[in-house]
Amino acid sequence: MKRFLMILGFCALMTPAAFASDSGVHLEPMTPDHRDLPSLQHGAKLFMNYCLGCHSLEHQRHVRTAEDLGIPTDLYQASLLPAGSDMGSHITNAMPGEGAKNWFGAQPPDLSMVTRVRGTDWVYSYLKGFYLDPSRPLGVNNDVLPNAGMPHALIELQGVPRKVCRQAAEGSRDGLTGQPMTSEQCGFIEVEPGTGLLSAEEYDAAVYDLVNFLDYTGEPYRLDRQRIGVYVILFLFVLYIFAWLLGREYQKEVH
Amino acid sequence: MSDAKSSEKPGALVAGVTQVVNWIDERMPLVETYEYHMSRYWAPKNFNIWYLFGVLSMVVLVNQLLTGIWLTMSYVPSGDKAFASVEYIMRDVEFGWLLRYLHSSGASAFFIVVYLHMFRGMMYGSYRKPRELIWLFGMAIFLVLMAEGFMGYLLPWGNMSYWGAQVIVSLVGAIPVVGADLMEWVRGDFLMSEITLNRFFALHVVALPIMLIMLVFLHIVALHHVGSNNPDGIDVKKFKDENGKPLDSIAFHPYYTIGHDLPAIVLFLMVFCSVVFFAPEMGGYFLEPPNFEQANPLKTPDHIAPVWYYTPFYAMLRAATYPLFGMDAKFWGFVVMVGAIAVPAVLPWLDRSPVKSMRYKGAISKGMLALFIVSFFLLGWLGTQAASPLYTLLAQVGTAGYFAYFVLMPWYTRVEKTKPVPERVPA
Repeated sequence: MKRFLMILGFCALMTPAAFASDSGVHLEPMTPDHRDLPSLQHGAKLFMNYCLGCHSLEHQRHVRTAEDLGIPTDLYQASLLPAGSDMGSHITNAMPGEGAKNWFGAQPPDLSMVTRVRGTDWVYSYLKGFYLDPSRPLGVNNDVLPNAGMPHALIELQGVPRKVCRQAAEGSRDGLTGQPMTSEQCGFIEVEPGTGLLSAEEYDAAVYDLVNFLDYTGEPYRLDRQRIGVYVILFLFVLYIFAWLLGREYQKEVH
Repeated sequence: MSDAKSSEKPGALVAGVTQVVNWIDERMPLVETYEYHMSRYWAPKNFNIWYLFGVLSMVVLVNQLLTGIWLTMSYVPSGDKAFASVEYIMRDVEFGWLLRYLHSSGASAFFIVVYLHMFRGMMYGSYRKPRELIWLFGMAIFLVLMAEGFMGYLLPWGNMSYWGAQVIVSLVGAIPVVGADLMEWVRGDFLMSEITLNRFFALHVVALPIMLIMLVFLHIVALHHVGSNNPDGIDVKKFKDENGKPLDSIAFHPYYTIGHDLPAIVLFLMVFCSVVFFAPEMGGYFLEPPNFEQANPLKTPDHIAPVWYYTPFYAMLRAATYPLFGMDAKFWGFVVMVGAIAVPAVLPWLDRSPVKSMRYKGAISKGMLALFIVSFFLLGWLGTQAASPLYTLLAQVGTAGYFAYFVLMPWYTRVEKTKPVPERVPA
């Protein structure tokens, strides 16, 4: 029994570090919340306006999105449903695959389950990781996915992000003056003021909402799963009490 | 008086049931079979927690069969539809996500309970005479289970499905002379393709489950013929009462079925359902992230790792890095891996100890079993990691530890001093 517990302990130790990102890029943490309907609705709006032109959600249906996000059908049809689509169809676009391949070098991937492949932290950091880079064909590059083949689709919202160098504290003090030592460090992304529609905080919130929505489309039944799970575990718990009492009666006969 | 009266005139329902049972009994041995396997199957009274994993394997097998049947109703085994059909099951089929998570988590649960079940056998010497055949049937079940899991993993047609299968199938290519042709024969194509997917589907849903059920049947027939071992490795059939019932045994049903197994099954289901409902990906161990992306022959995942239950053997495969006798390292890796999977089958003939159970074996046996456990876990962890020189060295040490347990067994089980085994099960 002791050994069994040790084995269990060992298994528990092994779990967290598994499949950690080995790209070495610092990712900002992003915790999705499928209960936050305003966030999901805003994310859906952003997706339809800024992403759907190139990226599809080919496993997700419009009708389900409207239902789960609490958007009335007529409102959804009027403001979110792309022309030519109907409510029962999947969230797809009209971009021809072969053409896309020629234009971008690769077909823009379907995003139905992008957060399940990459993780929410990755997608969140990626959308905040764009900066101007004239050496790239589309004029921008990305910290999280270097040499990404995607334009900065949200540049209108964020404004123009540039890589800058700053004087940054080194953590030590000058021996003579006692002033904190600083040195020039590069690689910071700074947005040119007044170039975007949103402030820095508003942009972060918008990206959060968008990633939250993408996480929802990755597993739209997650809330159902967790809700039903609670009842299943409660049921099994009650069943266990009776099974244990019944089993004890038989065990009494043995000893 | 009233007792006699009631036995003369049973209720209409009891009478009806008795009549049906009698009718069947005259045509096949229904009651006899039931008694032989259940109510008059005498099981040693000293079973402990380790004796639950056999019945739990059966529970998981039933789960896999039932959810598998329902998944098959909506799954489409074709190159361009397989991936989408799995997502269709997850989203559009009523409770399809539940069926799929039960099945995918069930695969991992199957290996957990089977590994613990096998370990029980190793710890208490359940493979020793007269139970060698039970052990061999068990090993065959393990092999079929590995094949079943491997082929099932290709079916979602995710990118890890594709590349994982590609890596394992390409091992066949390391066999000298016939390798390349054999690989093509296994795949049915020049690369992993829809043809491979179709044949894996056929094997996964028809051929291998039939084999699995037949082998489980034989496993139990052999077990019930010789009787169960116990944690002390005592032969409980030595002392019987006047009716032929072993004194240290109790009826399997109801004392074990309801007395022990039922609460344990409910407890197991609680743990299992916690995973299914709250952590079906299990941190990337049960469902790997790259598998949420459709198979793409042009895009290799950054790091190809098999599902956790194959990783100890995968680590041993990668541990072979030297070409030898004109064969390349890949071939020897294949040999080491096949050897590691097959070697437990000969345990009954490697163990020369006068006692069965680890409780009465000497210090060397205990130390070697500990070495085996440490090696197995170390290899299992290494198999999930990307290879590095240090990890390869560790994998080589782990492989040596794993094989030492088996290869040295004829020696250390003979030379060590064992404790005397009591005649009767201690109270």
